[in-house]
Amino acid sequence: MIDTLRLTAKQANDLLSDGEVSSAELHQAYLEREDDLHAYLRRIDHTGAEGVPIAFKDLISTTGVETTAGSRILGGYVPVYDATVAERCAARGLSLLGKTNMDEFAMGSSTENSGFGPTFNPWDPSRVPGGSSGGSAAAVAGGLAPWALGSDTGGSIKQPASLCGVVGLRPTYGTVSRYGIIAFASSLDQVGPITKTVADCAFLYSVIAGRDPRDTTTVDLPVPVEVPDEGDLAGLRVGVPRQLNEAEGIETGVKEAVDRAIALCDGLGAAVDTCELPLSVEYGLACYYLIAPSEASSNLARYDGVRFGLRAESDGGYFDVSERTRDQGFGDEPKRRIMLGTYALSAGYFDAFYGQAQKVRTVISREHAELFEHFDLLVSPTSPTVAFPLGAKTQDPLAMYVSDVLTIPSNMAGLPGLSIPCGLSEGLPVGLQLVGPQFSENALFRAGHALERVLEFDYVPERLR
Amino acid sequence: MAITRDQVLHVAKLAQLGLSEEELERFSEQLSAILEAVGKIAELDLTDVEPTSHPLDLVNVFGDDVPEPSLSLEEALANAPDPEEGSFGVPAP
Repeated sequence: MIDTLRLTAKQANDLLSDGEVSSAELHQAYLEREDDLHAYLRRIDHTGAEGVPIAFKDLISTTGVETTAGSRILGGYVPVYDATVAERCAARGLSLLGKTNMDEFAMGSSTENSGFGPTFNPWDPSRVPGGSSGGSAAAVAGGLAPWALGSDTGGSIKQPASLCGVVGLRPTYGTVSRYGIIAFASSLDQVGPITKTVADCAFLYSVIAGRDPRDTTTVDLPVPVEVPDEGDLAGLRVGVPRQLNEAEGIETGVKEAVDRAIALCDGLGAAVDTCELPLSVEYGLACYYLIAPSEASSNLARYDGVRFGLRAESDGGYFDVSERTRDQGFGDEPKRRIMLGTYALSAGYFDAFYGQAQKVRTVISREHAELFEHFDLLVSPTSPTVAFPLGAKTQDPLAMYVSDVLTIPSNMAGLPGLSIPCGLSEGLPVGLQLVGPQFSENALFRAGHALERVLEFDYVPERLR
Repeated sequence: MAITRDQVLHVAKLAQLGLSEEELERFSEQLSAILEAVGKIAELDLTDVEPTSHPLDLVNVFGDDVPEPSLSLEEALANAPDPEEGSFGVPAP
């Protein structure tokens, strides 16, 4: 009997290596678990792979398997080529379990913006799993996949990992190929792993990372990925940015769990000190909500009912078809962001909005770079809150946007961030965010692994134990 | 900063979004609130700051000039709602 709730990808791989199960049997064990969380948009049978099963967020192109990015405008779209990350997973024998639910075009923090209905949090199904990679996080936490790939633009891996009590890495921008990833905001989008352990996270990152000639924004990793297996934090300089740890809206229980984890850093030999990140936190959210929608308005211009996806019925010409298709096919959030981005890029407003936001981005990068002259990594809560009830923020876009206030600043600077579960508040998981300089993934893995060992967080949701 | 219904209508036209009356109303209100929140970046004097369009310092990335396999006509048209004679069918403007 395979306990899919508890089995890590490493353990699954060991079972395969020892010949105790076949890839097909493992795959089947996950498929047999009922998806009452609606983590998946579609699940698929074993297709002959020989390795560990995996789930992909539904914006990763997979040849012959419907890929919708959570949008009705792409209903029925079946890619004719694989994303590079899909190709790399297949080359290592990973077996695709299915495509996971997400906020439409990765725009959201709760997965309630999916065009195909919400996903439920494995710890409490009346609550959201976070988003936009909520389906991937719920699948891993809910025993429906040993690990998964998500994508992160403003916090879409880190925040759902936090809300579901699992590990999530947003890699350094440019280390993972975006070829075949349905685009939201191209200067921010990064694919990354969602896993039960830091070691699994590092291993999956090693599978997908590295330069891809088909994505000219990718680079070679300066050093190979090291999967952590031991360690303390001796000599590590850990910064605690005051603005990220005392931001308005951080729940008391979240702050307490994070403070306990920070105290553990001290015990593990790190030199912990507070530091300041004033402009990045004060202006990060505003900067993000100009740059990401601007890029989205451009990226989503392609959905006009001509080359793929939905085409609305119309007796009119091209423009009528396009307007109707986009009105029918997009949900509210993509419409809001397309409008916002189109406005910010339009004549007369460009300099004040988009141009100014690009300059703020420089300020945010500099502020982080200065901190990394004194610190090796920065810690804070990943999300100001634990998982919130379904429907709590759907009527107020701004309240939803604030979910990402702690993840956005480092994302704007292209920095890697790891979220690991560090405790419970009101019976729900709290995530600790570790952020380092560009290409510092190995340091994040070492620190995350050392903390994971002393935190002893049980990633199996209490109600399912 | 408030955005008027006429401005929303203009932006919707630029973005090729045919919006219903109800949507126009609702988005005017929501976009006004969002613009007010993001407008706070105007507080900063950044006259001498260079803009960032991309987080990595990459310039002129070239590939080798070697033809590689690409999609066949059939594959390229596989998802088209209205393929016609080897082309994407588009209604006349």
